[in-house]
Amino acid sequence: MKTPMPSKPVLAPTRRSLLLTGLMAGAALAVSGLTPGRALALTTDEASRLIDSVVGDINSAINSGGSEAQMFSKFERIFARYADVSVIARSVLGVAARQASSAQLSAFTDAFQGYIARKYGRRFREFVGGDIKVNQARQVKNFYEVKSTALLRGQSPVEVVFLVSDRSGSNKFFNIFIEGVNMLASERTEIGAMLDKRRGDIGALTRDLRTLG
Amino acid sequence: MSSLRKATLWSGRLAVLSTVLLLSACARPEAPGTIRDPYESRNRQIHEANKSLDRGVFRPVSTAYGKSVPRPVRTGVSNFASNLSLPGAMINSLLQFRPGDAVQNGTRFLINTTVGLGGIFDPATRMGATKVDTDFGETLYVWGMREGAYVEFPVLGPMTERAMIGRAVDFAMNPLRPLANSEERNVMAGTGVLRGADARYENSDLVDSVLYESADSYAQSRQIYLDSRRHKLSRNQETDYFDPYEDPYEDPNAQ
Repeated sequence: MKTPMPSKPVLAPTRRSLLLTGLMAGAALAVSGLTPGRALALTTDEASRLIDSVVGDINSAINSGGSEAQMFSKFERIFARYADVSVIARSVLGVAARQASSAQLSAFTDAFQGYIARKYGRRFREFVGGDIKVNQARQVKNFYEVKSTALLRGQSPVEVVFLVSDRSGSNKFFNIFIEGVNMLASERTEIGAMLDKRRGDIGALTRDLRTLG
Repeated sequence: MSSLRKATLWSGRLAVLSTVLLLSACARPEAPGTIRDPYESRNRQIHEANKSLDRGVFRPVSTAYGKSVPRPVRTGVSNFASNLSLPGAMINSLLQFRPGDAVQNGTRFLINTTVGLGGIFDPATRMGATKVDTDFGETLYVWGMREGAYVEFPVLGPMTERAMIGRAVDFAMNPLRPLANSEERNVMAGTGVLRGADARYENSDLVDSVLYESADSYAQSRQIYLDSRRHKLSRNQETDYFDPYEDPYEDPNAQ
């Protein structure tokens, strides 16, 4: 089926189209001015550099030759410094976060930070003797995707993707994908199941998280 | 082999193929990034049975295999099994209209079968002909078939309906099967099992933590399987990422 041709060439500017363009540009300016959190102040380069530092710190942690406990405390520092732990913790708790008091939420966030550092520290520990390299960064929606590869001896390389945003007020990563496996979604599933087992008791979950992971 | 037997084999394969095409035409649509699990209660029963099987048989056997057989030998056995899967992978690459992949796997098969002494060694990887891991489930994906429901299969574990059909077709279509005698087929199956045991042993920390340390090992296995399977099929090109800043309370699995 053919679409009917417009009577005038589309590209020729008419007074009405100029007016509309002007209005739309004005509206766009107004909207971007009103948008909170300096959308897209972060650049691809900055996102890539952030993950360069993260990966540098991870590489030195896994190849430091320290004990497991020392390595976990290094990972917790990396996590506290570079990850948006509060948005991750809230997202992982889901609706339960909305019902929690701010004291409960901050206690949970603190316990969660240690738990996630131990759990993912263990995953990254499998890369010992290997090297993680940042490959490329690109913008997706209003955050950045930074792809890196863990090169391991005698094994096929593992792809690790970080998602970076500045909407917390500073540049932080808020999700990690190891070979496509989504940290945020897996932890949402896991923390949800833990919470169900404790009949929705965030206090009990927080206490137990301090020793889990 | 008699021509009659060949003809029956091929007509059998055609029957499988036409069934698959029919099924792919009837597949129900689904949103990306979501989990469709209508058989959850039955899947959970199978999951518990699979866990007992792992605890009682597969885990101890693979630990014994890993501890008693030196790694180079285990790697050689796994390489051998992996090499035998290449002709099937080549057919799938061609069916996916990816001739480059088929050539890469073909080159790999030639090098490793000859220089690599029947596939025990893997000189091809160092020469740049890395393995393109593919299967008929991926072919169905390329052809536009939907993923279908999540199913946990006895012994074989997590799968989607599409991947399950793919496994069955790959088994029936393996071009090496009609060439092998029954003894060779046993060797193929045996090395395949040992390759699985080696993978179970080498990744035992991760597998154990998912199966025995998570609060809900069924939901974790499902999550990890679907994430990594979709990642593999999309060839590392994810775009529909969940954004927790938009609504931190929303479920990333139900976007």
